[in-house]
Amino acid sequence: MNIVVCIKQVPDSDKVTIDRETNRLNRAGVPSIINPFDENALEMALQLKDAHGGKVTVISMGPPQAEEALRTALSHGADDAILISDRKFGGADTWATSYTISLAIKKLENVDLVLFGKQAIDGDTAQVGPGVAHFLDIPTLTYAKAIEVTGDTYKVTKVTEDGYEVWDIDKPCALTVVKEANQLRMPSLKKKMAAKKAEIPCWGFDELQPDEEKIGLAGSPTKVSKVFAPPVKLNKEILSGEPAEMVTELIKKLKERNVL
Amino acid sequence: MSTTKELWVFAEQRDGKIAGVVNELLSEGQILCEKSGYTLCAVLPSDNGAVLCQELYNFGAKKVYTIDDPKLKDYQNDYYSRAVAQLINEKKPEIVLYGATTIGRSLAPTVAVMVDAGLTADCTQLDFDVEAGNLLQTRPAFGGNIMATIICPDNRPQMATVRSNVFKKTKISENEAGEQVPYAVDLSGVPERMRRLESVHEADNTIDLNAAQFIVSGGRGVGKPENFKIIYDLAAELGAAVGASRATVDAGWISHHHQVGQTGKTVCPVVYVACGISGAIQHLAGMQSSDVIVAVNKDPDAPIFDVADFGLIGDLHEIVPEFQKQIAAAKN
Ligand SMILES: Cc1cc2nc3c(=O)[nH]c(=O)nc-3n(C[C@H](O)[C@H](O)[C@H](O)COP(=O)(O)OP(=O)(O)OC[C@H]3O[C@@H](n4cnc5c(N)ncnc54)[C@H](O)[C@@H]3O)c2cc1C
Ligand SMILES: Cc1cc2nc3c(=O)[nH]c(=O)nc-3n(C[C@H](O)[C@H](O)[C@H](O)COP(=O)(O)OP(=O)(O)OC[C@H]3O[C@@H](n4cnc5c(N)ncnc54)[C@H](O)[C@@H]3O)c2cc1C
Repeated sequence: MNIVVCIKQVPDSDKVTIDRETNRLNRAGVPSIINPFDENALEMALQLKDAHGGKVTVISMGPPQAEEALRTALSHGADDAILISDRKFGGADTWATSYTISLAIKKLENVDLVLFGKQAIDGDTAQVGPGVAHFLDIPTLTYAKAIEVTGDTYKVTKVTEDGYEVWDIDKPCALTVVKEANQLRMPSLKKKMAAKKAEIPCWGFDELQPDEEKIGLAGSPTKVSKVFAPPVKLNKEILSGEPAEMVTELIKKLKERNVL
Repeated sequence: MSTTKELWVFAEQRDGKIAGVVNELLSEGQILCEKSGYTLCAVLPSDNGAVLCQELYNFGAKKVYTIDDPKLKDYQNDYYSRAVAQLINEKKPEIVLYGATTIGRSLAPTVAVMVDAGLTADCTQLDFDVEAGNLLQTRPAFGGNIMATIICPDNRPQMATVRSNVFKKTKISENEAGEQVPYAVDLSGVPERMRRLESVHEADNTIDLNAAQFIVSGGRGVGKPENFKIIYDLAAELGAAVGASRATVDAGWISHHHQVGQTGKTVCPVVYVACGISGAIQHLAGMQSSDVIVAVNKDPDAPIFDVADFGLIGDLHEIVPEFQKQIAAAKN
């Protein structure tokens, strides 16, 4: 089986804050990690490879330092890594990102399955997976938590609001993977060493030959017009003292607000 | 020729029932239509749309495009995206809104790339810039650390997804007038690439966090799995759903269905009671738009108090049972 896993390098979102005066992101010094959900996509791929053989290729689009995320993925067991990077790809929204990533996947041969995380924890849109699937003209399911290979198709369990669904889906297909699916295995020392030395090809504008209108800022229909800090609560009331008295006071206040 | 400008809401149905978020979007859509002068419409793919139109009129839709086909009875990404994209390409609406449900989050991004539209995810606020003619779409990103306002100045339609419970729904009346506009799509050319084999509903009222008016949530401060009983007892007394922090889910104290936060559910009840939850940014991302937040924590410096309307400093093992007792007493 040839499996492609798309991984995004994201800032550890715990540590990103916004300067309340300038409304700029304070990203300096914030460590980068593999998007947590992409770890579940990677583990799903590795388990399929363990069971059925084949190859796991990780792809990441981003600035040159996204290579680090790819090396980490190699140390966990991925076989190949490809970096998609070019100044011209910068500023892409999910439309342009989906298009660009799909061009890279089209260059790979005999892909049986393309996996994504459920969503990225920075952009948080969960839109890239279905977008790539459309550009590749393959069927897609979101929120996958389990997969089984059944001949020419896959049997996929997807999480819904109040339960789950089981689908039979043709090969090749694209899935976005939820956290409940699994937990990423530890990297092995041997693979860590190999990952350090691995050659990671970088595909840019020349390699992918994209339609210039469809990439980067120009290819992005959405524009971020402003960013700002979330509003802070005013008028809050802090109660302390005897539990019974606090609760009586709380109930009174909730009634005053007409919520009880 | 003047184009009639329209704002559409994707009328998601499951088993012939309109999703709650659709009516919320229609209610918000009415406000946007007052500002923009657009006509509020719904798009309803199903196997028999006629029977569902009245409900959509009652929440403000002036026009309902029904797309009937046996293949559209249940959600299937290929069929639905083809049907909706074809209708968009033909009628050219200005704005299309979708619920950020598991269905909307597959359909909207697929349609967006099919019709070359921008798509803004999980908006918590929508407004209309009359001068520029743009929809102003505000959403949290970076797990709630920042808010961003997104516009799509050059492409139409402008599309957005919105989670359940972000907007309030207001029914206008029980018998609003509206127009059904049947639209035919030919799906015979769409290859059948996926088939639903099974759909399982795990009914449990304490998990339906999206529909709940009241949520009582427990965090690591609950101490051990057995202690969740006091959380459940208070929830039962209030008719509330039970939520949880990721720390308790990861520890195996409660199932992941209950998890609230960036990697769990986003909830917006009337009252959210956080018990023994510190208030990590990833937890706040899932609950800070609740109408009223009550926090119970023994640490006066816990960040949860920053977002709370009412903070109770003390031991939850005393406060939570007391809360239940007083509510029970008030009922009698
Ligand atoms: C504040 C802010 C708000 C934004 N809001 C929007 C918006 O509403 N609409 C919009 O279209 N764009 C938006 N963007 C742009 C968007 O974040 C980027 O296009 C981003 O590259 C991809 O979107 P995402 O992070 O949401 O990924 P998601 O769609 O959430 O990612 C899903 C999965 O796709 C894969 N994936 C995503 N990106 C990459 C990558 N670069 N390389 C490899 N795999 C990847 C991963 O498997 C990931 O788990 C916003 C950006 C910012 C800074
Ligand atoms: C990428 C990422 C995604 C995440 N997604 C989520 C998510 O979706 N949801 C989520 O919840 N977390 C999420 N987290 C985890 C989050 O960062 C916190 O670790 C988690 O929310 C902490 O849970 P907690 O508040 O229950 O535990 P703690 O932080 O340990 O807090 C326990 C609190 O209980 C109080 N307490 C203790 N005993 C008592 C008592 N007897 N009475 C009253 N108060 C008491 C303490 O003072 C403390 O404030 C995520 C983290 C990452 C990195």
